[in-house]
Amino acid sequence: MPIVIVENLSKVYPVAVKEPGLKGTLRHLLHRTYRPVQAVQDVSFQIEPGEIVGFLGPNGAGKTTTLKMLTGLIHPSAGRVRVAGHVPFRRDVKFLHKITLVMGQKQQLLWDLPALDSLKINAAVYGIADKEFDWRVSELVEMLSLKEKLTQPVRKLSLGERMKAELLAALLHRPQVLFLDEPTLGLDVNAQVSVRDFLKEYNQRYDATVLLTSHYMADITALCQRVLLIHEGQLIYDGNLDGLIEQFAPYREVKVELAQPRTEAELRPFGELKAVDGTIVRFLVRRGTLTQTVARILAQLDVVDLTVTEPPVEEVIGQVFRAGVVA
Amino acid sequence: MKRYLEVLGLFWSTAIAAELEYRANFLIALLSSLGNLIGSLFGLSLFYRTGYNFEGWSWEETLVVLGIFTLLQGFSSTFLSPNLNKIVQQVQQGTLDFVLLKPISSQFWLSTRTLSPWGLPDLIFGLVLIGYAGQQLGLGLSNYLFSIIPLIFGLASLYSLWFMLGATSIWFVKIYNVTEVLRGLLEAGRYPMVAYPAAYRFFFTFVIPVAFLTTIPAEAMLRRAELSWVTGAGFLALGLLYATRAFWKFALRFYTSASS
Repeated sequence: MPIVIVENLSKVYPVAVKEPGLKGTLRHLLHRTYRPVQAVQDVSFQIEPGEIVGFLGPNGAGKTTTLKMLTGLIHPSAGRVRVAGHVPFRRDVKFLHKITLVMGQKQQLLWDLPALDSLKINAAVYGIADKEFDWRVSELVEMLSLKEKLTQPVRKLSLGERMKAELLAALLHRPQVLFLDEPTLGLDVNAQVSVRDFLKEYNQRYDATVLLTSHYMADITALCQRVLLIHEGQLIYDGNLDGLIEQFAPYREVKVELAQPRTEAELRPFGELKAVDGTIVRFLVRRGTLTQTVARILAQLDVVDLTVTEPPVEEVIGQVFRAGVVA
Repeated sequence: MKRYLEVLGLFWSTAIAAELEYRANFLIALLSSLGNLIGSLFGLSLFYRTGYNFEGWSWEETLVVLGIFTLLQGFSSTFLSPNLNKIVQQVQQGTLDFVLLKPISSQFWLSTRTLSPWGLPDLIFGLVLIGYAGQQLGLGLSNYLFSIIPLIFGLASLYSLWFMLGATSIWFVKIYNVTEVLRGLLEAGRYPMVAYPAAYRFFFTFVIPVAFLTTIPAEAMLRRAELSWVTGAGFLALGLLYATRAFWKFALRFYTSASS
């Protein structure tokens, strides 16, 4: 049975409209006009227990709004949401024990105190006994390699260490469903990798379900078997990453190294030119005509070397969002 | 209940630990509280020096009111303002999200999360002042005990008003000033209510119930309070506490949480 069920979910916000200039400001102060903004529109999906799902979309696409409806922070305008068998917005105690929310740009740890103090508060709030607390903390500390960091004031930790400590605080109650909003935001590559590895291990060890948003494609490719693509509030893709490339990038890059340079006019008949750099030429070729084109290139040009690659996922997704392609 | 007490203990011990990271604050709080007290004593003495009396209040009796007022100020700066003024900040920064997702009453969390030891000087000076005036007036233990009941009612009312004002930040987001307005109005509690013209007295009794905060507890201490006023204070406190709870639940329905 799916652990997350979302059916025809929508959210409309009233947003105040303000004209520029002093006149507009005065009018805004006295009489506000509101315009409804459709943040999320008729989104449906389901997530099975133990899945790691990536939630992708440009800024303002409705990712965070959806996460907030799933965690019960905001009330949906329309549609049905069930998480672990609960209606999130009621925020039942049982529901709150089963979920967690981590936000990369907000922190719950007390700034001036060691993280351990904040953890103790969380333990008391969630009713975790001392012995169990010690055990869980030592386990998570080891998984996150945070040794000896928990007794330093949070303000003295590096950004990466702080994020790990945040994760520890968010996972102390062993939630089944993890909602992660940009958990690697601003981290350096090493820290990103260790957060990623940790999430993967946590997922496997506890069979936890993870829904994460990230701007770093590497997070998504490393962790998620499945991605949800949201654009202007609408779900435009739901499936695995390979399928995404098939669907949105029906072309391959053919890189050819020639014996001697050719002019662009000579090269153009073989396919769409992506770049020409001396003897190195890159073509974009539709998948359907790939074999034919490669055969023609080999027959008619002096080829030293030839490789065919899939375009990188970042590029495909970027293209999807720029063009606003809707499947 | 036991869990709430345990959480409260942790809240306060961590808050004190965090505040003590900044030691110079304590000296400043001490000086500012002393300065305030001397200022109000001087102001009062100007009235009484020339033989003028607030209707039915002798110098020492007025000092009781001032003492209770100082105590109340200490209470606000220890327990109320560090928490309730932070609601605005939490709404603005969106960290309220974390509070709402904890399996514990969010009103409890927001009201008790921290405490500031810098209200301590006010609490001490208030007690000293009451003790001094009480000694002059020959007050006994029962007098002090009597005043505790209306004092608790007063504190509950003050908390409720303050919390509701803080909770309006759910709609208005930036309202740092609103709690300052409340604080300003509370200043009226420095003197017995009879010091004010009738219209003000009405306002400070029925609109912003300042009278219930200082004058009535002082009257109870002096064994002059009418039972009806003390029960009135009780009903007011219970009513406001209940209203606060309802208002918070209502406000949360409008919470959209700050966008990232």
